[in-house]
Amino acid sequence: MEDKVKNIIKKYGSDKSFIVPILQDVQKEFNYLPKDALFSVSAHLSVPISRVYEVVTFYKAFSLKPKGRNQLSLCMGTACHVRGAELIASNVSDILGIKEGDTTADLEYSFETVGCLGACALGPVLVVNGEYHGHMNIAKSTKILKKLGKKGATNDEQD
Amino acid sequence: MMSKIKSFDELKSVQERLKAGRDPKKPCITICVGTGCLAYGTRKLVDNFREELAKRDLTGKIDFRTSGCHGFCERGPMVVISPEKIFYQRVGLDDAGEIIDKTVLTGEIIDRLLYVDPQTGEKYVHEDDVPFYKKQTRLVFGQNSKVDPESMDDYLAIGGYGALGKALTGMKPEEIIQEVIKANLRGRGGGGFPAGWKWDETRKAKGEPKYIICNADEGDPGAYMDRSLLEGNPHLVLEGMIIGAYAIGSSQGYIYVRNEYPLAVKNINIAIRQAREAGLLGKNIMGSGFSFDLKINRGGGAFVCGESSALFASLEGRAGEPRAKYIHATDKGLYDKPTNLNNVETWANIPFIINRGADWFAGIGTEGSKGTKIFSLVGKINNTGLVEVPMGTTIRTIVFEIGGGIPGGKKFKAIQTGGPSGGCIPEAHLDLPVDFDELTKIGSMMGSGGMIVMDENNCMVDVAKYFTNFLVSESCGKCVPCREGIRRMRDILADIADGKGREGDVELLQSMAQGIQDGALCALGNSAPNPVMSTIRYFRDEYEAHIKEKRCPAGVCRALITYSVDPEKCTGCTLCAKVCPTKAATGVKKEAHTIDPAKCTKCGACRESCKFDAIIVR
Repeated sequence: MEDKVKNIIKKYGSDKSFIVPILQDVQKEFNYLPKDALFSVSAHLSVPISRVYEVVTFYKAFSLKPKGRNQLSLCMGTACHVRGAELIASNVSDILGIKEGDTTADLEYSFETVGCLGACALGPVLVVNGEYHGHMNIAKSTKILKKLGKKGATNDEQD
Repeated sequence: MMSKIKSFDELKSVQERLKAGRDPKKPCITICVGTGCLAYGTRKLVDNFREELAKRDLTGKIDFRTSGCHGFCERGPMVVISPEKIFYQRVGLDDAGEIIDKTVLTGEIIDRLLYVDPQTGEKYVHEDDVPFYKKQTRLVFGQNSKVDPESMDDYLAIGGYGALGKALTGMKPEEIIQEVIKANLRGRGGGGFPAGWKWDETRKAKGEPKYIICNADEGDPGAYMDRSLLEGNPHLVLEGMIIGAYAIGSSQGYIYVRNEYPLAVKNINIAIRQAREAGLLGKNIMGSGFSFDLKINRGGGAFVCGESSALFASLEGRAGEPRAKYIHATDKGLYDKPTNLNNVETWANIPFIINRGADWFAGIGTEGSKGTKIFSLVGKINNTGLVEVPMGTTIRTIVFEIGGGIPGGKKFKAIQTGGPSGGCIPEAHLDLPVDFDELTKIGSMMGSGGMIVMDENNCMVDVAKYFTNFLVSESCGKCVPCREGIRRMRDILADIADGKGREGDVELLQSMAQGIQDGALCALGNSAPNPVMSTIRYFRDEYEAHIKEKRCPAGVCRALITYSVDPEKCTGCTLCAKVCPTKAATGVKKEAHTIDPAKCTKCGACRESCKFDAIIVR
């Protein structure tokens, strides 16, 4: 882990002002920000760990908890909101049994709502593992979740 | 790789050479690969086109260009065939071969891919005739469809970096600033502060080095024009910034861009590398002796970082908390040095002003707001997309003529401008000419240019709650009026939406709004009450209905509505019973169904699935 963090920091010329992008890259590497990685960042950038923690907890992009294997993000931009994104959010939450922003206990699913993705014409938009699914509605989101979770199992979907 | 361009004359000859190498009559297939179109799966269509062209041995004989966003996101994937500019929309991912064989090679029009106006039923063949484009003035944004964002040659071939050459060789920095002042270019990021004055103050400020920043932290939910410019025409933004740096006397610039915009980050990085290689960025630009370079910094997903002083903090590697504004950024900004910050669209306007002059620019728009503005027209609208119009165009023109009106025959209710800092504008103001001052007068604001259209099924209390909720989670927490005040406003709004509103709540919201406006540290807090205030101002009856009658007239607020079935309309198709997660909707096939209110969670699945509009929500 130490080496990976070191390499990322080197890419930014050990410049403290790039701490946000550095942490973004670290998060990309590990899927979240492990505690040890934060200590490495602190040591190699000569930034107090308290300052690192401040930055990590301030910006929404960072997660101190591991994320699930399947990542679902629902756009909550205004355009998606006026087209009923909130009903979809509660449907996804209900099915997964977690609140938005959380990960299921088995680390299978993470669900978050995000600010505008700028794909307003497609709204509401649900991003599943990086893939955009537009014109989302309640039934479609149920179907997507079934597909993700019922791999190999019998499928009782009518369509 | 391009060798370094060492003078303006050399630039001109490069431009000429590239232009001469392009035959305007040669067929060219242009396909939009902006984020919106990519979300439709356009990448596959691009691959198909390349494959089909190769199969027919046409690679190189027919030009094929992937371009940035054309703006008509509703109709993606989009293909334009030049020189006739035949416009195909909602192109199927497997249509490439057919388009090449029929349209490109034999000139036959494929009927099913043409745009049909949803209101008049009229069909259009050529891009320029489509009403969505026809009523626009696509000055800044129009170049997007002419360039491949990854190709500097494309940009140079349409005269790119000519304004920079003109500025560096023929104009003194002060002259450039005077030109921008005379053009009265106002900041496109929301504030509307005259860019030229800001430049002038930064130039005159004491302290070295001076910084310039491009604010691409486009956080307004429902606005994406800055992203489309950076993605689609990054060199235009760069050119504007380099001219600005020369005028201000800055040697170091930054682009602060949202990490949620990976394509924008990628394309601007490519553009910077190309510009450096061509000697248009870096040391001794175009042999003029002027040196300037740029760094890109990706934001961490905090709305407040769009505020200048919070952005500086973030650039310095700290939490993005704003500071009080009695010290101007032009004196002490980034690292306490004189700093000039402008938004993406503002920078993109600069090359046009230098090329065509302040008088020309000031001839477009209204008395106080010059030039054009790009709006993102989204929500309950037929033609979702990016729209560029002269300042002063009425909301009616934008919504009904360009936007094509409201889908599903629903009634227009309001248009929200200015994002979480703006307000909702009712039908009575449809003929308002949109500019900085007019919008402020009626209690909204320009903001970065988001326009969210709402119809009769949108609840204004819910909209106010939505924006306030957004601001609660985006408040940085530094000052009390914003951190605590907005939260309390949100709680009151949530109570109203839950049917727990009390008499006097509206007045309480109004007085809290005043306190927050006066007391908050930065623009996020100052303007946070706007969505609430404007909805109270124009839709007070809706608040009253929630509070006094415990009723949500639009049928949105879950605690106040019940779902039932209209037995007249229900055909007994059983679809609602199938989708209902709690088995509240039940019935016998071919007979009217019913919904058990005790089991119903008001999830909306039945209404969404009903093809006969038989679900009543009251």
